[in-house]
Amino acid sequence: MTELSGWGRFPRVDCRVVTARNEADVRAAVLEAPLIARGNGRAYGDAALNAGQTLDMTGMDRMLSFDEGVLVAEAGVLLSDIIHTFLPRGWFPMVTPGTKLVSLGGAIAADVHGKNHHIDGSFRSCVDWIDLMGPDEVVTRVSTGDDMFDWTNGGMGLTGVILRAQIRLRRVETSWIVQESRALTSLADTIAAFEDTMDVPYSVAWIDCADGPHHGHSILLLGRHAVPQDLPMRKPEFKVRHKPKIPVPFGVPAFVFKGFMLRMLNSAYWRLGKFRAGEALVDWDTYFYPLDGLLNWNRLYGKRGFVQFQCALPKDTASEGMEEIMRTIAASGEGSVLSVLKRFGPQSGHFSFPMAGYTLAMDFPANERSLALMEQLDAITLAHKGRFYLAKDARMPEAVAKADSRAEAFAAMRAKAGLKKRFTSVQSERLGL
Amino acid sequence: MNGPVLILGAASGMARAVARSFAQAGHPIQLAARNVARLEDDAADLRTRYGTEVTLYEFDALALDSHAAFVAALPALPEVAICAVGAMGTQKGSEADPLAASHVMRSNFEGPASVLAHLANAMETRGSGTLVGISSVAGDRGRASNYVYGSAKAGFTAFLSGLRNRLAKKGVHVVTVLPGFVKTAMTEGMDTPAPLTAEPEEVGAAILKAVTRKTNVIYTRPIWRIVMAVIRNIPEPLFKKTSI
Ligand SMILES: Cc1cc2nc3c(=O)[nH]c(=O)nc-3n(C[C@H](O)[C@H](O)[C@H](O)COP(=O)(O)OP(=O)(O)OC[C@H]3O[C@@H](n4cnc5c(N)ncnc54)[C@H](O)[C@@H]3O)c2cc1C
Repeated sequence: MTELSGWGRFPRVDCRVVTARNEADVRAAVLEAPLIARGNGRAYGDAALNAGQTLDMTGMDRMLSFDEGVLVAEAGVLLSDIIHTFLPRGWFPMVTPGTKLVSLGGAIAADVHGKNHHIDGSFRSCVDWIDLMGPDEVVTRVSTGDDMFDWTNGGMGLTGVILRAQIRLRRVETSWIVQESRALTSLADTIAAFEDTMDVPYSVAWIDCADGPHHGHSILLLGRHAVPQDLPMRKPEFKVRHKPKIPVPFGVPAFVFKGFMLRMLNSAYWRLGKFRAGEALVDWDTYFYPLDGLLNWNRLYGKRGFVQFQCALPKDTASEGMEEIMRTIAASGEGSVLSVLKRFGPQSGHFSFPMAGYTLAMDFPANERSLALMEQLDAITLAHKGRFYLAKDARMPEAVAKADSRAEAFAAMRAKAGLKKRFTSVQSERLGL
Repeated sequence: MNGPVLILGAASGMARAVARSFAQAGHPIQLAARNVARLEDDAADLRTRYGTEVTLYEFDALALDSHAAFVAALPALPEVAICAVGAMGTQKGSEADPLAASHVMRSNFEGPASVLAHLANAMETRGSGTLVGISSVAGDRGRASNYVYGSAKAGFTAFLSGLRNRLAKKGVHVVTVLPGFVKTAMTEGMDTPAPLTAEPEEVGAAILKAVTRKTNVIYTRPIWRIVMAVIRNIPEPLFKKTSI
């Protein structure tokens, strides 16, 4: 037994971990006992935990073919591996989350979104087909148009084990990003700025939630892939190397995440951002993966770990709903160190998280008070017709998850297809999926 | 340095990492194992990642009388040959059934020594090359908990040491690799202490470095050198009473 957790280190569960290195290993595991597949453990909560059998897919990490941007690879390959292999040849993932340390299977299962959702959609938009092992150990190739393709993208590993997939990469002319940063002083300004920049490929705002909506300082980062003409003389078009990681000490005193300190931290970040506002040329790693440079930063919150709250609100209720969320957080005195606001394009797939509107993601230390606060945020989200991101969830009650009518449909499909008995996670049990 | 690199026992997790390290350094790769069909995906992976040339060969470490023909049939005598063949079995199984013990001994000593002997002779004739044997810290001292495996590895370690001694004057170098715990199928389910447990990638990188620098003996995590020095030096009367 191995004590396992998601990236938030909460909850922790003793799991029997089995590693798959090839299809035969997966088959043996599927026949052996109910299980959940696990990628690189970057989901925050309990989505990739199963006490009876957790199938570690990182041993299946072979890239099988590549032709003009079309890659066939096993599910355990990490996005970082794909980037290090193909960026020097002029290719970059079509969609990437805020960390490159996710597996291909994990990216598909959570149907991850990037800073370009409003233009390119979620990860599924670059997936051609998926080889999926079902409960009867039969491998089916599902592709665009198949019902099971729609359920699997965003299905959190609950439709079967993803063995391999074909995805398309994006042509890029350099490994650099032209970044424009703007310092804004309220939530309303931030949303207005997002609306004004719909044609910019990448956008994300770091927003200060602890300060209430009207003072909701934010730094909006806009980006596009640089072309050779953007580069100063002698800058290499492609620079891709492993950066050394900076270790983070274990645990930081709790007061840092509270009240005055937190406000100081956020305000310092904002001032720094304001100071640096304007256009800059940044490398791909810094732009897309600012946190990956810090090794084990998830340990910052100490032994008890942390919980992320991420909701999406439809466009017409987003500003009102987000304001209420931020007001509630400010009033509680609990706070999220840095919160991320992104714009979403239309929904796709049967059970994926994104919906046309806005999404807000925040970290909270795992303690009674912030769990209580999150229950308030649940209610606000539901009142504004929003939904929650399962890849970040560690604590939702079943009723909240089921308020999304798609959850009921997903559970019914799972029961009917015989998936419920084979593929289960601590999360799926908790949410009654 | 960019001649072909032969990997014997290529289906193991460690071999996969070793092959990647050498392919990334620009070597064509020859993968050899029983049931080569299993290696197709690994070959595809090496080609896709590094654009290297990969060829596959059927090879059975226990079929000693096939080894001469196996070496002769290679289209090119490799510049580096790495033997990752091995089988752990279980100590309990080996105790209960001497035939099972014999299988462990032959897989870890007799088979690897035999194929490396053929390659050694060919490299000696050519006057260049590097042989790498993946042995184990378990061979540094027999312990109650896995002395059958350990004894076979001890034999293999001594064989490599002798081979190095013999070939040093002939332009052929021999590297002995002593991995401690490595995260592979072999150690799955074992509760191995994290500071002593290496990722297969670390082993791959360490072997590439050892070959390049002509190191004689490497422990994949340096801490093992100290751990094993301590274990080797516990006096026998005391050692008898321990159970490590
Ligand atoms: C710093 C950080 C930033 C992030 N930023 C973003 C972001 O911007 N956008 C976003 O969308 N997400 C983001 N995430 C979340 C992350 O992208 C997802 O949780 C992703 O699913 C993690 O992939 P993984 O390989 O680590 O999977 P795991 O965490 O191991 O598993 C996640 C889910 O995928 C399933 N799964 C994994 N492999 C397979 C397989 N082979 N077959 C079937 N199911 C499988 C698991 O069962 C589980 O349900 C971020 C996470 C971190 C830590």
